[in-house]
Amino acid sequence: MSDNILLQLNNISVVYSDVIQVLKGVSLSVPKGQIVSILGSNGAGKTTTLKAVSGLLKTENGSVTDGSIQFNGMNIENLPPESITRLGIFQVLEGRQPFKYLTIEENLRVGTATRWGKPYKKDIERIYNYFPALVQRRKTLAGYCSGGELQMLVMGRALMAHPALLLLDEPSLGLAPLVVIEIFKIIKRINEDQGTTIMLVEQNANMALQIAHYGYVMENGKVVMEGTAPELKDNPDIKEFYLGVGATGNVRSYRDVKSYKRRKRWL
Amino acid sequence: MKKLRLHQCGNFNERYEQELSVFETDFGRLWTCIGVCVLFGIVPFISSLYTLYIFNVIAITAIAAIGLNILIGFTGQISLGHGAFFGVGAYAAAILATRAHFPFLAALPAAGLITAIVGMVFGIPSGRLKGLYLTIATLAGQFIIEYVLVHWESLTHGTMGMILPPAEIFGIQIMGERKFFFLSFILLIIMTTAAVNLMRTRYGRAFVSIRDNDRAAEGMGIPIFRYKILSFGISSFYAGFAGALWAYYMTSITTEPFSLALSVEYIAMVIIGGMGSITGSIFGAIFITGLNELLRWITSILMNIHIGGAVSLTIAPLRELVFGLAIVLFIIFEPRGLAEVWRIIKSSFKLWPFSY
Amino acid sequence: MVFFFQLLVNGISIGFLYGLAAMGFVMIFKSSSVLNFAHGELLAFGAFIFLTLVTWAHLPIIAAFVVALAGSFVFGFVIERLFLRPLIGEPLIYVIMLTVGIAAIFKGAMLLLWGGNLYIYPDFLPLAIGIKWGVVNIAPVYVVSTTVGLVFLVLFGLFFKFSSQGIYMRSVADNQQAALSLGVHVRRVFALSWAIAAMVAAMSGIVLGIINGINVHDLSSIGLKVFPVVILGGLDSIGGAIIGGLIIGLLETFTGGYISPSLRDVVPYMVLVGILLVRPYGLFGLVEIERV
Repeated sequence: MSDNILLQLNNISVVYSDVIQVLKGVSLSVPKGQIVSILGSNGAGKTTTLKAVSGLLKTENGSVTDGSIQFNGMNIENLPPESITRLGIFQVLEGRQPFKYLTIEENLRVGTATRWGKPYKKDIERIYNYFPALVQRRKTLAGYCSGGELQMLVMGRALMAHPALLLLDEPSLGLAPLVVIEIFKIIKRINEDQGTTIMLVEQNANMALQIAHYGYVMENGKVVMEGTAPELKDNPDIKEFYLGVGATGNVRSYRDVKSYKRRKRWL
Repeated sequence: MKKLRLHQCGNFNERYEQELSVFETDFGRLWTCIGVCVLFGIVPFISSLYTLYIFNVIAITAIAAIGLNILIGFTGQISLGHGAFFGVGAYAAAILATRAHFPFLAALPAAGLITAIVGMVFGIPSGRLKGLYLTIATLAGQFIIEYVLVHWESLTHGTMGMILPPAEIFGIQIMGERKFFFLSFILLIIMTTAAVNLMRTRYGRAFVSIRDNDRAAEGMGIPIFRYKILSFGISSFYAGFAGALWAYYMTSITTEPFSLALSVEYIAMVIIGGMGSITGSIFGAIFITGLNELLRWITSILMNIHIGGAVSLTIAPLRELVFGLAIVLFIIFEPRGLAEVWRIIKSSFKLWPFSY
Repeated sequence: MVFFFQLLVNGISIGFLYGLAAMGFVMIFKSSSVLNFAHGELLAFGAFIFLTLVTWAHLPIIAAFVVALAGSFVFGFVIERLFLRPLIGEPLIYVIMLTVGIAAIFKGAMLLLWGGNLYIYPDFLPLAIGIKWGVVNIAPVYVVSTTVGLVFLVLFGLFFKFSSQGIYMRSVADNQQAALSLGVHVRRVFALSWAIAAMVAAMSGIVLGIINGINVHDLSSIGLKVFPVVILGGLDSIGGAIIGGLIIGLLETFTGGYISPSLRDVVPYMVLVGILLVRPYGLFGLVEIERV
């Protein structure tokens, strides 16, 4: 099992601006070729965990103060993002951050930054193959595209770089349910076709657990629960709080809604 | 008896007025009183005329620097035209005094008001422009004013310059460094008090809110355009007031000093002193004026030594170089300026020996 | 009529030079959002390096030109490393004032080194490239400046539109965080844009030096003339820089020729204020695409 682990977080703490501690000893591991999903409410520290891995904490004045992050057995905590991306770790930022004034195709070409000088035409074809919706808009400025197209764009952009580990931050944010289903299908396909390891942060626990192999639940900067996707799906607490299904398996009734006070806390 | 207010270890303010008070403790008040007594009772009688001249220049530039700090440090609008506004004030005073025979006490505020109007006119672009674009618009203002001052010869005598009558208050002629010292520092104290208190009013708070986030300020119901114009007006009033005072001090003025370099010097004062700090602007004025005089002194010494004979060192390049270096070093190492340094020194005294 | 055409030609070629100078300026702004007040000094630096190489080191013209450009490239790189790197992420006014400070340092240093005198390059342009077109004479210098301006406009247009480095530079200007997440070496992009800008500035400095002679004060004041040019064109548009340069160049020569020579230095700024009031983002600047 241990040689199979691509990414290993050992008890890391993250502090912003030297004062605000967001992660309080998070440990998790991502096996090669699998989809690992992190669930949790807002402010639980999911995005911070991803940024700690990708090195983007630096731009927000945060740093890993304790613990270690190992990628393929190499310590990468607090490395600058330029070095981390060159190891093959790419983060797709939350809230779709396209380059608004670049066309779709130019956006994709930015993804070649770590492979500068290598041919990229084939890669672009491959991305269009995954996301056919982008083809007809290839010459449009990204600022004028729809949310679904942009989500495909930013994922495609990261795929251009041939990632070994793809960090996806809330790919379903603000998208129509049908588009969400499509996006998740594609994520699954990317994982299966390319063998890309994926770390997926999601609010939509239902979708995430459908495609993930393994899941972690975070709360207040700590991992409070972990398990394989089927295990988590069957867990009564997860069912109630994340999947929106009453503890008895019935759809929530008004009486159940009132039970918010009983919401289980792990801390 | 009123209870003495000492420094407390923490924020124990119970009423909003306490938060707003100028002096945190009665010691602050005491020290300020002592400072003022020393300033007026001792300094003018022990200093040489040259030192007094430097003090006067500092007082005048400090008034203008406070004005610029209101605009840049509090309202967040970067202006590159402050030197020109200073010039407008100087010329307004000169014209009022020679053409309309305004007495000194009337010419000073009148010049300030005229400059305020000019400043508001050049502040109009701030309604639509933000950040960099506004900065460049004020740069244009600087050049346009400079051009008008030089070329409207019927009014300003162009490059010939103008001569002012000496300042006179209630029949007393304010001539010479020592008499002017009292005048300039009393005015500085008045203007500083006005500025400090302005920042405690709703206007001051509106300025700060515009600086921090103008969209949000607008959402809170602050008419930002009106306040930005007001800020330009107040800032130019200070500049014009200082300019008029300077004109009376020098008694003869030409258009030359009111160039972009002067505007840059004022911004440097605001930054080196500390943005958003009234005392900081005074520190900035002291620093830049002191630096100028120091460099003049050094170059005069170098000129006398005659290194290698043929080397003709002029003050300008060396001054530029050191001046630039000072700005760069301050921005890189202490971007919050001398006001921050002063605060650190003060608090390390206050908290000694237990600094935690 | 001859006078008119002469002014037109002069205006266009001066305009190309302004446009060229503005292009470097726009490049820095585009990648790192820094408003460079030291641009005029970069111009002057290039011109003086070239002067020193030609008159003092007696290099052949072409070699001197290449070395001067390379030197400026390195110079721009060093400025970014030394001064701007520590300020990444600081508020606007600090960065602006920093460049003002840098400008003062370089101006002082250049005055110390070369003094405030007016120098002229030895005559090296062959007269044959001058164009005589009916009654209108186009001096060789103006032919050169127009050609250089056009060539570089096209080169930069191609660079930003098609080359990978150009696209990376635009991506950094657009969304720094996203560019970082994709592995774009943001700091390298900043340094590169300063280096290229210094090189382009040096080029326009050299050509302007051939036209007007070389003097620290004159050349560094061109740095301020760049502002109306870039604002007219829009701070982030390379093509706009050239068009803005042409407008300002023509405006200047025509006011100088027909109205009064003293007005020619202010007119650009008056037009600038007028244009900003009507179009706050300049003629070709990107109107912010705001999505909430």
